[in-house]
Amino acid sequence: MTDLTLSNQALATKPAPPKQATAFRLPTQWIGVAPFFIFALMFLILPTIYLVVGAFQRGDGSFTLDNILQLVSDPSISSSYWVSIKISFWSAIIGAFAGLAIAIAIVRGGLPGWTRSATLTFSGVASNFAGLPLAFAFLATLGRVGIVTTLLRDVLNINIYAMGFNFLTTSGLIAVYLFFQIPLMVVIIVPAIDGLKKEWGEAAATLGATQSQYWRMVVIPVIWPSFLGTVILLFANAFGAIATAYAFAGPALNIVPIKLYSQINGDVLHNPQLGYAIAFGMIIITGLANVFYIWFRTRSERWLK
Amino acid sequence: MKSGKFWAWVVFIVGAAYFFIPLMATVEFSLRMRRGVHSFDAYQIVLGDARFQSTFLYSVVAAIFTIILGVLIVVPAAYWIRLRLPQLRPIVEFITLLPLVIPAIVIVFGYIRMYGSNSPLPFLGSNMGANALLVIGYATLALPYMYRAVDTGLRTIDVRTLTEAAQILGAGWGTIIGRVILPNVLIAVLSGAFLTFAIVIGEFTMASLLNRPAFGPYLQNIGANRAYEPAALAIIAFAITWGCMSLIQILSRFAPKSANRPN
Repeated sequence: MTDLTLSNQALATKPAPPKQATAFRLPTQWIGVAPFFIFALMFLILPTIYLVVGAFQRGDGSFTLDNILQLVSDPSISSSYWVSIKISFWSAIIGAFAGLAIAIAIVRGGLPGWTRSATLTFSGVASNFAGLPLAFAFLATLGRVGIVTTLLRDVLNINIYAMGFNFLTTSGLIAVYLFFQIPLMVVIIVPAIDGLKKEWGEAAATLGATQSQYWRMVVIPVIWPSFLGTVILLFANAFGAIATAYAFAGPALNIVPIKLYSQINGDVLHNPQLGYAIAFGMIIITGLANVFYIWFRTRSERWLK
Repeated sequence: MKSGKFWAWVVFIVGAAYFFIPLMATVEFSLRMRRGVHSFDAYQIVLGDARFQSTFLYSVVAAIFTIILGVLIVVPAAYWIRLRLPQLRPIVEFITLLPLVIPAIVIVFGYIRMYGSNSPLPFLGSNMGANALLVIGYATLALPYMYRAVDTGLRTIDVRTLTEAAQILGAGWGTIIGRVILPNVLIAVLSGAFLTFAIVIGEFTMASLLNRPAFGPYLQNIGANRAYEPAALAIIAFAITWGCMSLIQILSRFAPKSANRPN
């Protein structure tokens, strides 16, 4: 099928020189995608570049590396990065493995059909149920007067707060973040597991492979790229999340997004340029994660060919 | 195989418990406002609150404008890339994934600094401008989901034949996109729209930093100051999210299943 549309055919039958026809075509080629690119440039790319450039400038616009260096030298900022990375990393890893386990259980575990559809529906909802309402739900459950807290205290005589439990610790936040990380993993990884063809298992069995060999040599290499990609998505998801943590402790909690939030609201670090540097650091970390993802994926795709 | 099934049940039940205990507890907590008995007092107070009504309405309107803006940007671009400019596909896909990489707080920080009241394009100089900027910000957040939904929808119809048929009948580009392509991908667009709605309705970071009277900042305020109402709000928010997701599922049953041309 040729690429000529009717209007161009009409033009082509006229004795007009072809140059004129291409001159006519060019704007219509781009006009459909123009709104998209203008929008992306104005409201996604330029604002990001603006922050990145600002990270390397003093207040008067001259070049400096001081802001970037301060990310490392200021202990309150570097520790907030460290806490954020830890929370995002572990919630992504634990969420990914738990989500994978649930996905394998419902797709391959021989459970009745309703478990699959119920899990997928619920995961779709729960992966979008984040932010403030999620924090409220956990406060009602495990807060100081939460239902589970009081049940444990009154019935089993276990006071989890006396045992050192707290939402504002790294592990407390990880547990809460898993509530949207696990379902997100399930939603994304189930199609990948569905993609494992029955014939592969049969072929492996015919060739004498054991169950563990089948998993090690067939299943894991095939779902590895989607698994890794989702881990990185989960990492970025947790790294930028702010509302849930903010609902627990307001501006007091020392993670990067909340630090940036306070800085934007009131210049708490007393250096407007430092806000740019914090934002730049966040982009670098999520960007690096994606570079790793692409690198891993090209490596594993070589094996998939 | 027997033990495999056993472990599958264990995983499923542990997972279900992890997700259902907090939800059950939240429901229970939200009913405890009146001492000693279960009551819907917390819900009544929340739903009767004038600020709940105004902020919720504000966020619903913002969501609707976000969806319209998203459709206007994404549908023509996705259509054109399928029809004429397939070489742009990798670039466009990369751009639509950027909002998943750049955190929302960074995007809105860029807006605040770039479109402040002293800038050449002072969105934040006026109330309406700030509202517009919030909708724009939401549209960037929704971009990955909207683009993927529309692109999947376009894959199931024969874009080129439909376009040529419409052109033979004398349709212009506006008619082709508005009256031929859009109705054909309407279900995909609506799925994207409900997902956008679910994301936008309780969004906190952008609304708060742009200082808009939206539902997210209201939730934050209630969460910081009240005991039982937040639990009721969490259940309401969960119900809204559930509603959006069910609508997407119901819609997907009406979506055309077969791809005429698998390109």
